[in-house]
Amino acid sequence: MSCACCDTKKGNVLNGRVWVFGDDVDTDAIIPARYLNTSDPRELAAHCMEDADPAFPSKVQEGDVIVAGKNFGCGSSREHAPIAIKGAGVACVVAKSFARIFYRNAFNMGLPILECPQAAEEVKEGDRVEIDLRSGTIRNLSTGKTYQAQPIPPFMMELLDAGGLMAYVKKRVQAA
Amino acid sequence: MAMTLAEKILAAHSGRERVEPGELLEVSVDFCLGNDITAPIAIKAFREAGVEKVFDPERIALVPDHFVPNKDIASAMQVKMLRDFAREQGISHYFEVGRMGIEHALLPEQGLVLPGDVVIGADSHTCTYGALGAFATGVGSTDLAAAMILGTTWFKVPASVKFVYRGKRKPWVGGKDLILHTIGQIGVDGARYMAMEFTGPVVEDLPMSHRMTMSNMAIEAGAKVGLIAPDQVTHDYVAGRARRPFVFHHSDPEARYEAVYEWDVSQLDPMVALPHLPENVKPVTELPEIPIDQVVIGSCTNGRLDDLREAAAVLKGRKVSDHVRCIVIPATQRIYRQAMDEGLLQIFLEAEAAVSTPTCGPCLGGHMGILAQGERAVATTNRNFVGRMGHPESEVYLSSPAVAAASAVLGRIAHPDEVR
Ligand code: SF4
Repeated sequence: MSCACCDTKKGNVLNGRVWVFGDDVDTDAIIPARYLNTSDPRELAAHCMEDADPAFPSKVQEGDVIVAGKNFGCGSSREHAPIAIKGAGVACVVAKSFARIFYRNAFNMGLPILECPQAAEEVKEGDRVEIDLRSGTIRNLSTGKTYQAQPIPPFMMELLDAGGLMAYVKKRVQAA
Repeated sequence: MAMTLAEKILAAHSGRERVEPGELLEVSVDFCLGNDITAPIAIKAFREAGVEKVFDPERIALVPDHFVPNKDIASAMQVKMLRDFAREQGISHYFEVGRMGIEHALLPEQGLVLPGDVVIGADSHTCTYGALGAFATGVGSTDLAAAMILGTTWFKVPASVKFVYRGKRKPWVGGKDLILHTIGQIGVDGARYMAMEFTGPVVEDLPMSHRMTMSNMAIEAGAKVGLIAPDQVTHDYVAGRARRPFVFHHSDPEARYEAVYEWDVSQLDPMVALPHLPENVKPVTELPEIPIDQVVIGSCTNGRLDDLREAAAVLKGRKVSDHVRCIVIPATQRIYRQAMDEGLLQIFLEAEAAVSTPTCGPCLGGHMGILAQGERAVATTNRNFVGRMGHPESEVYLSSPAVAAASAVLGRIAHPDEVR
């Protein structure tokens, strides 16, 4: 299975423009339920974040980064949320904190996410950031300031190294 | 070593004597579920894995409840995926229109999820079954696919937070008001990643339906699970429906909690969560005059028989305000029939409410009661995010069935006593 989380394991460094959102961005804001009659990433991406910022789907570009406040992705368990964000081309979400199910889904779907309260506080819309996923270092190229995110827990890293949850499961089933 | 209820269930499912918060475990899953939104993605992932058979067809439920009876072609295609997969895999717990219900009302009712279980569902309100003393939590579709293959899942053991409710509830105050109060106090991420445990004499006194309302909304505080220790009420509910043996676990008296909240709720009034977060909670008595356009009584939070009884008690002999559309949605087919047999449907119809077949419908803004721009609804559902029930500039106020019914009658958000 191809999955963007595989890209992260070589210590890939991302470089993207920042879009800023506030606290408690919920899954209905990320992808409203009225669009959930499909799971097609392109269709979902066309409505990504539209209730928070209607222009977002047309403004966002491949490789951009979302920076948000606390509890990003709260609400529903819909995997459509990370799918829509990834489908829109967003390379990474940096937030003060993530809601539990979103956190899990993001790793399963191969959307890199980092918890970093200080960066979430200080990085501004339109800034350019360089992110080293492996080390969790976030460099704000617009200000020169560097931030250290919470390291990704070893188990989640293991999942990423396997190539995502389903690749991990496949390996196990084949081994059995 | 003392353990909490959550820790005990996880230990029992991972072959361990004891577990501690923060540990990562592989646990066996007693039951898993998906719905018409989440299961299609899980089924795709299942197929991509190249696996032939699910781990156990009796331990999986597929419940098309969100966009059914199908609202459009795309949703009909999604449900068809569930139906075909259920047939192919011999999954008998697939619930077709006419026999179905909203998953979190349906599965406990059918005795499919039980005390002591580990349950994962590709739906965030899977935490509802915590009311039975089950470790039940929402996951994504890929997690569901993995569990359908392996019969196991991965969990980080959550720290537990204890909530103790004391005092004597005022009339019209129930599980919904207690949980809204709780979320109002701790916020929508107040229990993020944690196990909430609802305890105390007030909870012990609650019927199962109200307990489920509380556990249902644990996710609205960010929690992984919302547990209530099983007792006689649990036993009476489960006996006669359980399709498997079940186990009652209890927290040890010396168990460790991340925090303990203790509240005397004797003065608590019926509560309302204002737009656009479930934590924006106010007593209904402190609200200004807020005119409304729609009332929705239903959902996995408050669509059970007790909820309909409560709404009917307020609506009996009265009419829904001229300016309001009142939509009542019994959560399962069985509840629908019981409501009919008890004469509740008659009360709703005479009040000029619309009564729908079981569905999630308007709860997530799917169909059956979408709000227009600028409209305002009182709903017994669980989320009032921007655009949750329709137009991004519509508003949802969350309340108990009694407050919703009173608001329908008066055309503004109202305390049930105001219609007396
Ligand atoms: S009733 Fe609402 S909250 Fe419950 S499962 Fe359906 S959509 Fe989700």
